[in-house]
Amino acid sequence: MSAKLVVGLDGSGSGQRAVAHAKRLANLIGDCELVLLYVIEWSPFTFQTAEENEQRHKRREEEITAATTRVVEPAVTEVKAGGFKVRGLVRHGDVADLLNRTATEEGAEQIIVARTSETGIASRIFGSSTANLVMSATVPVTVVS
Amino acid sequence: MNKILPTAAAAIALGALPALAQEERGIDQVVNEAFASATGPFVSLIFAPIPGTSFPWIVMWLVIAASLFTVYFGFIQFRAFKHSIEIVKGDYSDPNDAGEVSHFQALTTALSGTVGLGNIAGVAVAVGIGGPGATFWMILAGLLGMASKFTECTLGVKYRNEYPDGTVSGGPMYYISKGFKERGVPGGGFLAILFSVFCILGALGGGNMFQANQAHAQIAGITGDYPGWITGIIFAAVVFAVIVGGIKSIASVTEKVVPFMGVTYVIAALVIILMNLDQVGAAFGQIFEGAFTGLGVAGGMVGALIQGFKRAAFSNEAGVGSAAIAHSAVKTKEPITEGFVSLLEPFIDTVVICTMTALVITISGQLITDPETGLFVLNEAGSISTVGDTSGVSLTSAAFATAFSWFPYVLAIAVILFAFSTMISWSYYGLKAWTYLFGEGKTAELVFKVIFCIFIVIGAAASLGPVIDFSDAAIFAMAVVNITGLYCLMPVVKRELKSYMDRKESGEIRRFKH
Repeated sequence: MSAKLVVGLDGSGSGQRAVAHAKRLANLIGDCELVLLYVIEWSPFTFQTAEENEQRHKRREEEITAATTRVVEPAVTEVKAGGFKVRGLVRHGDVADLLNRTATEEGAEQIIVARTSETGIASRIFGSSTANLVMSATVPVTVVS
Repeated sequence: MNKILPTAAAAIALGALPALAQEERGIDQVVNEAFASATGPFVSLIFAPIPGTSFPWIVMWLVIAASLFTVYFGFIQFRAFKHSIEIVKGDYSDPNDAGEVSHFQALTTALSGTVGLGNIAGVAVAVGIGGPGATFWMILAGLLGMASKFTECTLGVKYRNEYPDGTVSGGPMYYISKGFKERGVPGGGFLAILFSVFCILGALGGGNMFQANQAHAQIAGITGDYPGWITGIIFAAVVFAVIVGGIKSIASVTEKVVPFMGVTYVIAALVIILMNLDQVGAAFGQIFEGAFTGLGVAGGMVGALIQGFKRAAFSNEAGVGSAAIAHSAVKTKEPITEGFVSLLEPFIDTVVICTMTALVITISGQLITDPETGLFVLNEAGSISTVGDTSGVSLTSAAFATAFSWFPYVLAIAVILFAFSTMISWSYYGLKAWTYLFGEGKTAELVFKVIFCIFIVIGAAASLGPVIDFSDAAIFAMAVVNITGLYCLMPVVKRELKSYMDRKESGEIRRFKH
């Protein structure tokens, strides 16, 4: 039976650390697929102008293309070069919610994310995405430092 | 074309600024007179009374339409109320559509175009002329208007244009032209053009001049009187920066601040109502009694009714067709779901927020009654006499100030922001109508945007009477065309409704969230 690991990408060094750790685990597991997920932060409950709404579909496509070409594809190529089975995904929504939901849908064993250096008042009040994930996840989570 | 004359008048007035610098009131007066005489015939036509009565035919037109839609769709505003809230919450939204325009976003965008001065100044005008009884008719018009909004917004999504680059355009001009063609009814093209012309006038009137006018009244009330054109030029410069200069950050900041101002306003009103809980019963008494007797207002019961219906329509725009433009950008496979969402709009706007304003004004004791007869005392203009002789937004401001002396400052900020966000929304509606008529070119768009900014100056300079008359007339003229279109296309909405309800019943349409 093959195992699946969902890895959170964020387009920075911390995402790369998560991928590196996932590769080490995959080597230990053997038959293992990595699902690399990049989440574009988005909420259905924001306020927008009529013009923003009119352009929204177009912007969404542009955001997905940008995330795919700049973050997900390079990461997938790099992991594939190491001889691993890998897939990349881009989704809109809340980071913690989507990592958990994707892991559940994919039947993954574990979610791997790296700790980000979020600071400031916002993260103190609302908590970081990583902290939210750890608190709400229904799948085991590994947080790489 | 009515709009050409005032534009020319404004251009002349603005060009003559240096020469008239010593006579600042003179500029306001020139603009006001030119504007009033240019728009007079149009206003008289729209508000012509039904022969033999004093009842304007246009008010009857809106009420009959809203009542008819209510009956035709089986009191949809009450039946689907719970389901509408579930849709806004996202319970029925496909997670794969994340990142697209949500129902909540379409609703709040449309609301930011309607919640504004209509709720603050418009209600004060209604209560100031029609007495507290106007509130009863306003609430009734709000409840009935939910069915009109449901009909037009469903059609807005169903017949919108989706372009290859993914952008969308929708609204009455599209559903009238495409829907009529589909049903084999002639005249759709002509009506769509007529609607667009009226929509441009509405954008310049209610969506622009009324806002500028009342924003100026509010600022002048705090700083002391000064010429309106100064406020007008400042507002015009900021709006110009956003719609022509493309400084989107101003618009998006406003979009984010306005909902909080709205919530602050409602909370302040609630606090005042709670502080005067013992008077709420009496206030409702005045509202019900006034609704059927008028309590001495000009025109009695009919006077109260006309004011209530007029201001409700002006505030929630049900049947006018503007919301259909805003709602059409939503991502959904089912046009009817946007109809459900949009019916919440008149409820929030009129039934909740307008009623709050009316209650605060009634409770505050700003309206002067004769202690012997219990009837309202009228002034020379036929309005109810108020403490300090206030009207419009200054009446609301004075009413709130009886509880919190500092509230006029908060209200001034709210009014400026509401006025600004409504102007931005209406500049979009007007532009959509303009590009429908003249095509989507950079030059055509720029011409409209410049005209729009000039009208801000005229609106701020003119006095309330002519501005409010023209604003109402232009917005109601949109309703004449739009409702004609809705009558022809309502069977399409009924089919959509039946199909959706059947599939919801059978479980084909399912909730994604539990």
